[in-house]
Parts: sequence; C-alpha cells; structure tokens
Amino acid sequence: MSEYAVGTVGAQRRPTWRERLLYAPLRGWALIGLGVWNAVLWSLVLTSASMISSMGVGLLLLPAMLAVLRGTANLARRLAGEWSGVQIEEPYRPIPADLAAEKGFGGMLRRLLARVSDPQTWRDFAWAILDSIVGVTIASFAASMLIYGVYGIVIGIMWPTLTHAGMNDWYTFIHVSKSGVLTNLRWATFPVAAAFLVAGAYAGPALIRLHGRWTAVLLGPTAKARQEALSRRVARLTETRADAVDTQAAELRRIERDLHDGAQARLVAMGMNLGAAEALVDQHPEAAKALMAEAREASAKALTELRELVRGIHPPVLADRGLGDAVRALALDSPLAVDVTVDLPARLEPAVESAAYFAVSELLTNVAKHAHATHVRVDLWHRDGRLKVTCVDDGRGGASAAGSTGSSGLAGIERRIGTFDGVMAVRSPVGGPTEVTLEIPCASSSAKTSTS
Amino acid sequence: MRVVLGEDLYLLREGLARLLTAHDCEVVAAVGDGPALLDAMLEHRPDVAVVDVRMPPTFTDEGLRAALAARKHVPAMPVLVLSQYVEQLYARELLADGAGAVGYLLKDRVFDAVQFVDAVRRVAGGGTAMDPEVIAKLLVHGSAREPLGTLTPRELEVLGLMAEGRSNAAIAAKLVVTERAVAKHTSNIFAKLDLPPSDDDNRRVLAVLAYLNR
Repeated sequence: MSEYAVGTVGAQRRPTWRERLLYAPLRGWALIGLGVWNAVLWSLVLTSASMISSMGVGLLLLPAMLAVLRGTANLARRLAGEWSGVQIEEPYRPIPADLAAEKGFGGMLRRLLARVSDPQTWRDFAWAILDSIVGVTIASFAASMLIYGVYGIVIGIMWPTLTHAGMNDWYTFIHVSKSGVLTNLRWATFPVAAAFLVAGAYAGPALIRLHGRWTAVLLGPTAKARQEALSRRVARLTETRADAVDTQAAELRRIERDLHDGAQARLVAMGMNLGAAEALVDQHPEAAKALMAEAREASAKALTELRELVRGIHPPVLADRGLGDAVRALALDSPLAVDVTVDLPARLEPAVESAAYFAVSELLTNVAKHAHATHVRVDLWHRDGRLKVTCVDDGRGGASAAGSTGSSGLAGIERRIGTFDGVMAVRSPVGGPTEVTLEIPCASSSAKTSTS
Repeated sequence: MRVVLGEDLYLLREGLARLLTAHDCEVVAAVGDGPALLDAMLEHRPDVAVVDVRMPPTFTDEGLRAALAARKHVPAMPVLVLSQYVEQLYARELLADGAGAVGYLLKDRVFDAVQFVDAVRRVAGGGTAMDPEVIAKLLVHGSAREPLGTLTPRELEVLGLMAEGRSNAAIAAKLVVTERAVAKHTSNIFAKLDLPPSDDDNRRVLAVLAYLNR
C-alpha cells in the first residue's frame, strides 16, 4: 500500500548542524516523554484489564485504553518515520465493515475480542512496557549529552558559586572543588565537557535513528503479519479486478446496444429513405424531396446520439484539458450552483482522471436528484501522490454507500475507484450537510516523467 | 468577404471551402493545424475565421487556443468555432473578452447551408452565433435562479433565440409573429432581468449572454 518497504531505513544523508545541535536533543526529550507516558499507559491497560474480573467497568474501560495504546503506537510509528527515517507500516488486521458498524454492547464486545486477538495488540503492549526502559535509555543519551557538555563548561567556570549554592561539586570523575595542589583541576572539566559536546553532536542524530529502529522491532509487522497483509491485498485485488472486468463488460454491452438501437438503426432508415427517394425522384420530385429531408434529419439525430455516446466514454473537455477543467465544465452543466476549486498538476494518469471525472459526475447527479441541495462545493487537489476530491452539499443529508444498491450511486463510485486502490468516505448526518471524500493514489504525469 | 479556414479533415475542409466560395466568400487560406492557423489568421487578418476545435498537433482544443491567441493579438477578430461538441466552458472562454464577433456552432449546423452562411456573416459583422445547444444548457443552468423563473415560456423562447445571436427580424420570422411583438417581449425580458436596454443588437446579445454566463 505504501511506496516504502515495511520498517526500512530511508536513504541516509549527513545530518545538518541544526539537526545535530537542536533537533536531536529536543527529539530526545520528546521521546523520553513518550517512554514515560508508556510506563503510565501499560499500567492503565493492565489495570483496566484486571478490572474485567472484579468489576464490569473493565469491559468499558479496556477498549478505550486499547485505543489509546494503538494511538500511542501509531504516534511512535509516525515519529520514527519523520524523525528517524525508519518507515513503519501499520500492521493491524482490519476490522470488517459489518463488525465496525455493529451497534450495541454485543458489537463492542466482539470488536474488543477482535482487537485482543490481533497479535499486534500484544506486541504494542510489550513495546509500551519495554519502551519505558529501552526507549528512554536511548533517548536520554540523545537528550542529555550536549547539555551535560555545556554543564561541564559552566561548572568549570563558576564552581564556587554553584557549590556554595549547594550543588554537587563532581563533574564525571573530576572533583572540581578539590583544594591544594590540584586547585586548578576544575579546568580539567573543559576537555571532558568538550568530549561530551563532540560526542553529543555526532551521536545525537544516530541515537535518534537507533530509537527509530528500536521502535520498528516491536511495532513493525512480523513476517506472519506481512504475509497476512499480502493475502488480504491479493483478495482485495482479485475482488476489484473482477469488478473492473464486470464494469468494463457492462460498459461495452451498453455501447453495443446504444449503437445498435441508435446510430445504426438511423443509418438503415436513412439508406431506405434515400433509396426510396431515388426511385421517386423522376415521377414524384416533391415526395422525393420530403424523403431526402427526412434522411437529413435522421443523419443529424444519428450525430447527436453518437455525440452523447462519446461523451459517456470519454468526455471531450477531459481529453482536451484534463480533470480540472472537465470538472469545471460539469459544474457549468449542473442545474445546481457548484463552486469548484482545483489545485492539480497539469495532467494526472489518464485512467485515474477518467475515474475521478465520472465519480464527480455521479456525485453531482446524486446531489441534484436526492439531496435537495442548492449549493455544492467541489475541491480537487493532489498531494503526496494522492488525488483527493471532496464534494460538500447543503442538502438534507442521510446518504450512505451501504444504502444504495447496484451499480449506481455511492456504492458504484466506491467500486469504480476501488480498481485504483481509491477509497471513499461519506459523512452525511440526517439533516445535512453531506460530505463525500475520495482519495485515489496516483502520480501526476509530469512527476512521472521526471522519475521514470 | 475574406475567410481563413482551419480544419484538419481534408473532406470537410474542401466542403467548407466550396460552400463558402459558392456564397461569395473568398477563402484566403485553408490550413490543417493549430500553429498554421494562428499564423494564417495573423498574416491575412481575415474578415472571419472558421475554425475547428480539435486539430493537430495535439488533437485537443488546438483550434480554440489558436483562435483565442489570435484575438489576443487582434482584439475582436471575428472567429466562428465549429466542433463536434459544444461545451459551455469553451463558450465562456470565447465570450469572456466581451468583444463579440464570435460564433460557436456544432458541425451539424453546416448541413443547413443558408443558416450556416448567415451565421458566418453575422460573426463577420461583429455579431454572435451561439449554438442552440449551448443556449439550452445555459437556460437549464440558470432556470433555478429567481429572475429567469419569472419569464413566461414565450419570453424564454425569445431569450433563447436572442442569445443565439438573432436579430428581432430573424426572431419574428422564426416565431411567425410581428417584429413589434418581439420588441415588446425583449423589452419585458430586459426589465425583468434588470438589464440596461440597448438599441444596438450586438450589445444587447452580449448583455444577455453575460447575464446567462454569470
């Protein structure tokens, strides 16, 4: 799903000074914070689990705690990606849609069971326990070496003030306030402090990377989880491929039928009319003229039908100008007031453009038909290799993908973009407004030429 | 009347040239791709250019782009755009400069030589010739809005014909009524849409199109 391999370290480059001196220690402190929170978290999880046997409240508490645990683990994954360059994929088993939608206590219980039976939940828990030790240890070095180096210099200069204020007069193995021959030993803190500063500056980013790798050990997918994810992926691909083949076959049948009943039939009629006119032209020129006029009309109608047919296969504006202008053209043709904002590279992959176009077209048709809306907003943008589309109307809401049937409506859109690994989210409370979001992975054609 | 013709299909190009020549037009250049069309338009400065939207080299909206580019150099150079499809978006782009002297018709309209040549002349004379299909879509799009909803069916009909670019006389002939009746309808329409009345046909049409395009 992601373009990164799971749990891999990104290409390493030399850290900048800003990263060495500023980001590494700050990240170290943040990761210490994460470790400390983990210590609290695993105790909370354990407590709520133990409360299941003693009091029923544990049953209500545990799902919430597990959600927090998962959220924390996902935060750690994200930080590992952003700070350490270690990309960690989420290895959780998906919750089936029907189970996710099940209401009431039974549904909650079954979802809890599904969560608990996911081995990754246990690995997350183990990570929370160990991270409060291992993670904190690694992070502490990154966080403190530079500061300890600075402290070494400060104490070397101002030890009388500091020790009189009651502070420890030892810096590592150096007793700064020792009197006698070795009075000047306090300056000995300088090389040691300098060593800490240099070591901190050089090891800081490396330690943060190490922390990321440690995170990947338990939060990354196991070989088994990876295999499961792959089988799920294969199953999904098989399903969407079947959908794609079905859709295409249906589309071809429709085109064949339209041609057969439309343009083809009109051409036959035209031929017959012209034949009859030819026979009549000498004896009854007036009748022949009428037949020829009829033939001309039939040719105009055949053209209109062919035009509509082509528009349904590949709309001209989409071919000419790409998705942005094509959606603007859709907005103009809609009976509703439609605002369109577009933030797209010149052209996207043609197949994705077409799928997105027909999805938006279907959405606007749906809004016009069912939503009782007056105003629609369509936003299109492309970021991080994904095309995103949102369509918001001010109608009465209550739309859902599950409710619509057959190839039409929202379910049809979901199936259609599913072929491209696209996903759809519908938020439509009764009373409105309705917001439909589509997300389709897709490279822009300009970016494509530069990378391949 | 001097005409530049831009159409990539040989048969259609020859057909159009013959049709125009038969109606007292002089085809000064007949070209088959976008860049050549732009060059020809700027070189010959014709009384009107008849242009196909889809042409080489990209086979997208080459002709439309060439026409818009030419009008940027020579404001209000008369252009009649022909296409297998009419798109509101393209109609808007042609009308955007508010200078008039544009036409946008389906290729089928060539079937009716008299009407087609009439449209060519209208555009050459600084008028407009919008395809009934474009106007129908504009009216559908605007029908939800308040003032348009207050027009009577007859007034809507007149509005549609007016938006296509027809004069009062032509509208009267088409609807089989007197010119005075049409004039009465148009003044009603202008009052209801709150548009400034104008005696100039072209300015009147542009006002209506601008209104519908809003």
